Amino acid sequence: MAKQKSFYLDNAATTPVDPRVLQAMAPYFNEAFGNASSLHGKGNEAMVAVEASRAKIASFLGCSSENVYFTSGATESDNWAILGLTRAILRDNSGFKPHIIISAVEHEAVIEPVRRLVKDGLAESTYLKVDKNGLVSPEDLKKSIKANTVLVSVMLANNEIGSIQPLTKLAQVIAEANSSRKRRILFHTDATQAPAYVECNVKKLGVDLMSLSAHKIYGPKGVGALYVGSGIKLEPLVYGGGQQQGARSGTYNVAEIVGFGKAVEIVSDKKERSEDIKRIKELRDYLVKQVLVKVPRSSLNGSLKDRLPNNASFIFPGVEGESVVLMLSRHGICASTGSACSSGSLEPSHVLLAIGVPIEHAHGSLRLTLGRFTKKSDIEALLKHLPSTIEKLRQMSPLKN
Amino acid sequence: MYTEKVMDHFHNPRNQGVIKDADAVGQVGNPVCGDVMKLYLKINEGKIVDIKFETLGCGAAIATSSMLTEMAKGKTIEEALKIEKLDIAKELGGLPAPKLHCSILAHDALAAGIKNYKENNK
Ligand SMILES: Cc1ncc(COP(=O)(O)O)c(C=O)c1O
Ligand code: FES
Repeated sequence: MAKQKSFYLDNAATTPVDPRVLQAMAPYFNEAFGNASSLHGKGNEAMVAVEASRAKIASFLGCSSENVYFTSGATESDNWAILGLTRAILRDNSGFKPHIIISAVEHEAVIEPVRRLVKDGLAESTYLKVDKNGLVSPEDLKKSIKANTVLVSVMLANNEIGSIQPLTKLAQVIAEANSSRKRRILFHTDATQAPAYVECNVKKLGVDLMSLSAHKIYGPKGVGALYVGSGIKLEPLVYGGGQQQGARSGTYNVAEIVGFGKAVEIVSDKKERSEDIKRIKELRDYLVKQVLVKVPRSSLNGSLKDRLPNNASFIFPGVEGESVVLMLSRHGICASTGSACSSGSLEPSHVLLAIGVPIEHAHGSLRLTLGRFTKKSDIEALLKHLPSTIEKLRQMSPLKN
Repeated sequence: MYTEKVMDHFHNPRNQGVIKDADAVGQVGNPVCGDVMKLYLKINEGKIVDIKFETLGCGAAIATSSMLTEMAKGKTIEEALKIEKLDIAKELGGLPAPKLHCSILAHDALAAGIKNYKENNK
């Protein structure tokens, strides 16, 4: 492929690996390559690295190392939290039908396992609706809790519109309900998009289970974690050699685990973190302002309040998002869309529909997400090409109004 | 995901625009589904002498519209009606499965245009 300069504005899809992370990982491919479960020196060296990484993540989450399990990513973590909990409960309570509450804007990695359980007749579900900014209401949650509710899963930050949910308030509702219940309702959050920007201390947030992924925070793809609060029993999703106390079998993915730990260590650095957030937010705010001025009939999805500082999501009525992404891509700009035509399922983004975007407008959505390595020149490239792209596509449409 | 030919037609659409004094038009699709295609036909002695399209839709929708105009231009009405639903995708070197309906849409737009012509000339 011809090498073209690229302007990467799709950090919610994935982030580049930070050079410091890459450097930390390097020795674990062919020097300290041991199987962390081996008893010899090579094994021990690897295990020490795995545990150091686990400790970094535990410290970031404000929990102890025993509560952190490595997985293959947030998809596995979400599936494990939902299926593992439900299966553990079903095994000890035959005839019981657990009830799971999730928000309407969850990632597919949460929606699909819940849907599967419901389809198989093993559980019931309630979807919490969201307001036009993508937020669930604690009152709604309170009303949705039933006698058989076992799990509430609400993401910390949304991947499409960046909305940050009021988890602490939701946790209070759950704690109140739990004060008069025999079986505690557990609170799971998918925090995949959050660690670089939002407080992830599990005690402060009041969550029992939390999913994380390395590749959204400048770590490698294919590694993540699930925080599991003390005393919580999950049935394994993956059976095998009994690694991680038998909770999650599989040879430790040492190099990636080390990279994940380093990535978390970097986002834990208070100074770098607050500088990053400030710089990214300024760029994002500039981007939003300019796009709304330069592209006629454009609008921002959601509000700038309670939103990740790196997220901008727009609607451009009269165009189809996939065409916009393809056309921008010719100029080296990497963006994404929630349009139906881009999804394979031919249904537009459930998140945009949930916040009340009319279906014909949802086809014209564009998501731009910034990150640690985003430069002003990336934004300028977008601002240079976006208005003409939208104009050109609108000109090609039979519906020019 | 798309073939080079699809991308070529997407970025350099052929026969894109409007024919002001068209002899017939055909429009299919709707904005709720995300795609709308409109064809303008100029027909002389039973032959498609000019054809132009306007499309709101994905990359495949725009590319199939463009491809179709090239395939139909110069054909008689009878010949044009022989273009089958998936012929346009085939001519483009294939489309991903979820995008095959864009090929069908282009086919239907042409059929609608020819139907409109026949009605106008009863
Ligand atoms: C909110 C959210 N959850 C889960 C995932 C899946 O994460 P992973 O790629 O680590 O499986 C993503 C990434 O696409 C995400 O944004
Ligand atoms: S226009 Fe939607 S898939 Fe082609």
